[in-house]
Amino acid sequence: MIGFKIVKRKPLPGWARLVIPVAAIIVTLVLSAIPILIAGGNLWKSYYFLFYGALGTRYNLLETFVKASPLIFTGLGVAFAFRAKFWNIGAEGQLLAGALTATWVGINAAGAPKILLLPVFIACGFIAGGIWAAIPATLKTKLKVDDVVSTLLLNYVMIHIMGALLFGPLQQPGSSWPRSSEIVEAAKYPMLLVRSRFHLGIPLAFFAVAIIWFINDKVVFGYQSRAVGVNIKAAHFGGINTTSVILRTAIISGGLAGVAGVGELCAIQYRLIMDISPGYGYSGIVIAMLGNLHPLGVLFSSFFFSVIIVGAQTMSRMTGVPYYIAEVIQGMALMVMLVFLLLTEYKIMVIRK
Amino acid sequence: MVTVTANQPVVEMQSITKQFLDVVANRNINFNLFPKEICALLGENGAGKTTLMNILFGYYTCDKGEIFIKGKKAELSSPRDAICRGVGMIHQHFTLVPSQSVLENIIIGTEMRKSGFLDLKAAKDKLLHLQERFGLHIDPEARIWTLAIGEQQRVEILKALYRDVEILIMDEPTAVLAPSEISDLFRTLKSLVQEGKSIVFITHKLKEVIAIADRIVVLRRGEVVAERRTGDTNLRELANLMVGRDVLERISRKKIPPGEPVLEIHNLAVSNDKGLEAVKDIKLVVRKNEILGIAGVSGNGQRELAETLFGIREPQKGTIKINGITLHSGSPVSAIKLGMARIPEDRIETGLMMDLSVEENLILETHVSPDFHKRGLLNFNKIHQFSNELIEGYGIMTSGRDAVTRSLSGGNLQKVILARELSGKPTLIVASQPTRGLDVGAMEYIHQRILQEKERGAAIILISEDLDEIFILSDRIVVMYEGQIMGDVQLEEASREQIGLWISGVKK
Ligand SMILES: Nc1ncnc2c1ncn2[C@@H]1O[C@H](COP(=O)(O)OP(=O)(O)OP(=O)(O)O)[C@@H](O)[C@H]1O
Ligand SMILES: [Mg+2]
Repeated sequence: MIGFKIVKRKPLPGWARLVIPVAAIIVTLVLSAIPILIAGGNLWKSYYFLFYGALGTRYNLLETFVKASPLIFTGLGVAFAFRAKFWNIGAEGQLLAGALTATWVGINAAGAPKILLLPVFIACGFIAGGIWAAIPATLKTKLKVDDVVSTLLLNYVMIHIMGALLFGPLQQPGSSWPRSSEIVEAAKYPMLLVRSRFHLGIPLAFFAVAIIWFINDKVVFGYQSRAVGVNIKAAHFGGINTTSVILRTAIISGGLAGVAGVGELCAIQYRLIMDISPGYGYSGIVIAMLGNLHPLGVLFSSFFFSVIIVGAQTMSRMTGVPYYIAEVIQGMALMVMLVFLLLTEYKIMVIRK
Repeated sequence: MVTVTANQPVVEMQSITKQFLDVVANRNINFNLFPKEICALLGENGAGKTTLMNILFGYYTCDKGEIFIKGKKAELSSPRDAICRGVGMIHQHFTLVPSQSVLENIIIGTEMRKSGFLDLKAAKDKLLHLQERFGLHIDPEARIWTLAIGEQQRVEILKALYRDVEILIMDEPTAVLAPSEISDLFRTLKSLVQEGKSIVFITHKLKEVIAIADRIVVLRRGEVVAERRTGDTNLRELANLMVGRDVLERISRKKIPPGEPVLEIHNLAVSNDKGLEAVKDIKLVVRKNEILGIAGVSGNGQRELAETLFGIREPQKGTIKINGITLHSGSPVSAIKLGMARIPEDRIETGLMMDLSVEENLILETHVSPDFHKRGLLNFNKIHQFSNELIEGYGIMTSGRDAVTRSLSGGNLQKVILARELSGKPTLIVASQPTRGLDVGAMEYIHQRILQEKERGAAIILISEDLDEIFILSDRIVVMYEGQIMGDVQLEEASREQIGLWISGVKK
């Protein structure tokens, strides 16, 4: 009889860390053939249009960057929180908090110069997202309320607050839709490349990756945050103020998601609408896991997601394969990655009995 | 005396080699275990004892070598395989579920089925039968968290026996036990052997080895260096074989008159986790250049007292002053700022972050000092230099400062804590069971370090269950019993008999 057994393996060398995500993506694409075939698509044609749609033309390529920007922000935020074992499932709500605050400032800030307005805007979004994440962090440290539940539920609270405001004080005068007035011209993100939507939020996202990487590896706070994540009891024993570390971690995490919301408002929609985010906050969780909680990993997995999202539109238009295949592929990517991560620590042995 | 050598061994491990990254933990080891024998495995911290036994238990697979159990070649790729072949192991850190009952813990994974349902009655009968046979009495319905450590260990032994284990491996079983519990354990082990079991016993305490083992195998740096029958050897030779040099605690102590009070504890009362009063109205003073030994069996309030001093437990009432300054209750930072070095008994849970590197553990308390950071940025040059010096100075066996702490052996984990705590030239040291699980060489080293710290001017509290240690180091001895101080004597006036009486709760 032949059986299988899972045993621990020696730690893999450094290069494996680079090879594994790439291998995971290739395996994902191979496996994605199954749903595409079931949906009746022609395999080569589908893949061709998937990548052509995302990377094939200048406009499409830049559009992939546009989609990646909010994903990088939310993914980065979630990864930063997860590293400290603050289970922030609430990036969606924090994103909306950022967008909502920016809308309020953006409608009322007539006359201010752009140079001044943009930093204020981004700061407002960051602070709003940060505060929205600080609430569950405080509940966790002071009252031991489970952070998974509270961050998740606050998403719904924020959606309803936003709904109430969009049907109330923030509603565009004369409109019957739940949407706000347009933000002032000075509040809009500058477009950095002509004939595209390549906006300020994209370099900002790259900048955020670098900053978080720097905080993780070089800054006292990054060390403390990691210590809290690994063993909060020992961190407390060692004199680290764990309450404050969790709070600050949450604020940075929520703040990043908030900036994603500002970007969607100021570069894409220009006004607040109910579906300003098609679930970027939730995708952020998957992206953080896919990126193994490392800033660089988050960057790569955000791009992978965005290629799939953007490319799937073209694929669906050209081949008739339904668009939601994109979501199937995203889910598959996470599963494959988790299996691959398992295989970095364990190996499967075949045994004959 | 059982004649063992004539028999066929129950376990034969042949040329076992196991390498972790760059450490060869076991090199070409041949190890045999005979029926009805207690074999002690001796060796320095990091010698490879736990690794070798983990291989026999199927927890690790060896890179090279073969294992025969009862004459048959065994491919062990998981503990389940080992248990099937009658090998059981009790790790130093127990694996019981605290909120469940004794019975539930014991039957976990072996559920006897009757038409698909759990047959608790049959399981309980089997357990009671085992208890009777080996004299290991314990209430099957008791919840684990209500049991003393010694009782929990009994549950672990029963758990192994329940699985019909014939070969029992015990990794440092006595490290956490009180002296009376140790003699109970020894009685149990003797009866197990009489019933035909074979036992591998890992310990650092040479006296125990002489008392219980039939045969002794000594490992050094991953290799077997000697094998002796207990009758043919002595403490001195064993120590020598283990460490490769002469160690017998010939510690020279300078008699220094104690200075002004450093630690003053007033009317301190502390509750334990169950909400019961664990420390009752204690008053203590420790002076500069003085080592105060707190003797007593674990569970008499020592842990709660230590945790209160460390700043991780809030007292009910009372004050603690260090050099005249009040310690903020429940604040580790306050304890660190007032110059207290803290050596917790619970290394893995409280003392270390096992998934971070050795270096990251070494800087836990000092990373906030101006030396190690500038405007929020860690100064890695200084940090690397600092950790290299400590690793070197304390002889921490590790592949380097970046090694994950989890990969260190038990004794080396303790060295990491000591190195971290003593690096700050403390004015007060509170050490809880500082040499538990350490080999004789390391123990001697740590004793010397503690004495040096005293000569340098530190005031020291030494909480230990090991009376030898208390007598070697202390200038003054108190005994804790049921949360109270039973007696307070200078070393010169202390006798073991009297201390022993205090420990068991008898006054005068
Ligand atoms: N999982 C692991 N990964 C890497 N190195 C390891 C691992 N386990 C053990 N080692 C290394 O192997 C060597 C032997 O360790 P082992 O735990 O067997 O020692 P030991 O004799 O039980 O020591 P102690 O008395 O301190 O418990 C040590 O140098 C240790 O650092
Ligand atoms: Mg060991």
